[in-house]
Amino acid sequence: MTRFIIRRLISSVPVLIGIVLLVFVLARVIPGDPCTATYGEKATPEICAAFEQRYGLDKPIYEQFVIYAGALVQGDLGSSIRFGRPVADLLLERLPVTAELTLAAMLFATVVGVSLGLLSATRRNSPVDVGTMIVANLGVSTPVFVLGLFLAFTFAVILADTPFTLPPSGRLSPGVSVIPLAESWGLLALDGAPRAVLDFISNIYLFNTLVTGQWSAFVDAVRHMILPAIAVGTIPLAIIARMTRSSLLEVLGLDYVRTARAKGLRERSVVLRHGMRNALLPVVTVIGLSLGAFLSGAILTETIFNLTGMGKTLFEAITGRDYIVIQGVTIVVAVAYLVVNLMVDVSYAFLDPRIRLT
Amino acid sequence: MSTGSVGLLGPDVADPQATLAVSSPRREAIRNVLRQRTAVVGLILLAILLFVAVFAPLIAPYEPNVSMLDLNSPGKRGESPCIHLLGCPADQPQHLMGLDSNLRDEFSRVVHGSRISLFIGLATVGFAIILGTVIGAIAGYAGGRTDNILMRIMDVVLSFPSLILAIAIVTVLGTGLINGMFAIGIVSIPVYARVMRASVLSVRETDFVTASRALGESPAGILSRRVLPNALTPLIVQATLGIGGAILEVAALSFVGLAASPPLAEWGSMVANDRNLFFSAPHLIFFPGVAITLSVLAFNLLGDGLRDALDPRLNR
Repeated sequence: MTRFIIRRLISSVPVLIGIVLLVFVLARVIPGDPCTATYGEKATPEICAAFEQRYGLDKPIYEQFVIYAGALVQGDLGSSIRFGRPVADLLLERLPVTAELTLAAMLFATVVGVSLGLLSATRRNSPVDVGTMIVANLGVSTPVFVLGLFLAFTFAVILADTPFTLPPSGRLSPGVSVIPLAESWGLLALDGAPRAVLDFISNIYLFNTLVTGQWSAFVDAVRHMILPAIAVGTIPLAIIARMTRSSLLEVLGLDYVRTARAKGLRERSVVLRHGMRNALLPVVTVIGLSLGAFLSGAILTETIFNLTGMGKTLFEAITGRDYIVIQGVTIVVAVAYLVVNLMVDVSYAFLDPRIRLT
Repeated sequence: MSTGSVGLLGPDVADPQATLAVSSPRREAIRNVLRQRTAVVGLILLAILLFVAVFAPLIAPYEPNVSMLDLNSPGKRGESPCIHLLGCPADQPQHLMGLDSNLRDEFSRVVHGSRISLFIGLATVGFAIILGTVIGAIAGYAGGRTDNILMRIMDVVLSFPSLILAIAIVTVLGTGLINGMFAIGIVSIPVYARVMRASVLSVRETDFVTASRALGESPAGILSRRVLPNALTPLIVQATLGIGGAILEVAALSFVGLAASPPLAEWGSMVANDRNLFFSAPHLIFFPGVAITLSVLAFNLLGDGLRDALDPRLNR
């Protein structure tokens, strides 16, 4: 087991280097010299000289890469031109929003997706099955941004005066605020890295309000998260539902399931305890593979629902031609994606002993 | 052959029953596809899409980029649909899907958009499939270090969420529809490279390939004449599904303002343009949005159906 994890860790190192190299190369091939490309009209000779020295642009290209990678390892992603502050700080401040949205969407997609898949596999060709598969097909075919706008319109305009109305933008209603964890736990004196971690967690409103019992703020935060989470989660939900269905159908045809039935076990127990345990293996992989869809979805959804996370930051950086921020987001998202896929692989080995042999 | 006598040809060829019973693999495959309900629905949707795209200028009542203001026709920004059959007063000009924020006929724009989306899907996947099969073929056939290096590069590309990498590529290349398609194309290369490589590996050591090699056929000849036909089925399935994905992703790039730009009647950028009018004129999001969904659905259903019909492992 340990050997498998170590081998898997080592095998992801070249990919990590590849990611950094690719982003580095992309940043160097921006047409024109990097200084004017980055600073645009603000590029005076003094700024450019400082810029070139800072990034070692006067040195040979391989040395430049070493400098770049060295800065990366120290968490230096450069400074945003528009905001005039380090990209790392900016992203640390905004990552919690995206993490919260992604986790909420993942929860929604997994719970609903697996249940729908289970229902349609056990009631094959029933209206439930056909309905689920139609919804799944429509789900994977609808652009996230269109779905998000539809949801906003339905719940904020059509259902405006009913109990089902949901807010179409922001994280909290005006007047509602969340007390930071540092304050509610009396840790205001803390600083440095522990404080950064605490503030990061504190910024995940759903978690913060839940553990500190700020119930009205919690309900408000949940209500704001529902629509974006559905928008982001629908495509993965469709994929998960289809995967659960086909995987469960395959498993239910195996001999050991027939044995379980022959022993006289109740159908419920056969499906849930014997079938699902093995059927869920591919589903775990699909959830991991869907992370790309979750992150892409978050980027498109945050702008629609006015959530200031990584996606909105990227969107603003694109509009403002803030190359350093675009680079920073690309690196952070790619590394996060790599780490989660690693975790999925490891958990897969826990779930299925056969994996370790190969 | 048809002039020959029955006696010379032998009984089983002359017997009409026998020739009917032996159907060609191709006909068998087509019959298999048509047996799939999803494939048939996909084909019908695709036929409608193709029809609309081919006859767009005849179907659309107006030019896609001409404002009603130029035609001295009354109307206001984001006007709701006016359909004569559904009781819209006959003295008002008919706009099946209303007017957009620039007073253009939304229906004409949606109709013309079908051409752009089809072009996007086919060209993007065409580009990816050509490069992907070449890379996959080289990797699989050469093996060893070449294989390792090429496939590691593919792994790196795959280790990015595709939209993020595409955004990074477009920022470097500069915005524009062609660059956006190019970016999505690059991002989808690894899928085809993997499919092709797997097919090459599966037939590389078979007798018929060894025989061709012994006869002095060049590697390029072996790859194109012996290996490619074997890889065709999974490539076709993957490409059909890929076209839907490409349409979705280029629409997303257009939505964030990196691919198609106004006034081009591309569905994604139409949604982005009229986003601000959304609460007063939801039809401007609804119609292009549904158009994207239906076209992507067409390719997805067809791809699923093709896979179920052509994949022998799934044959039930």
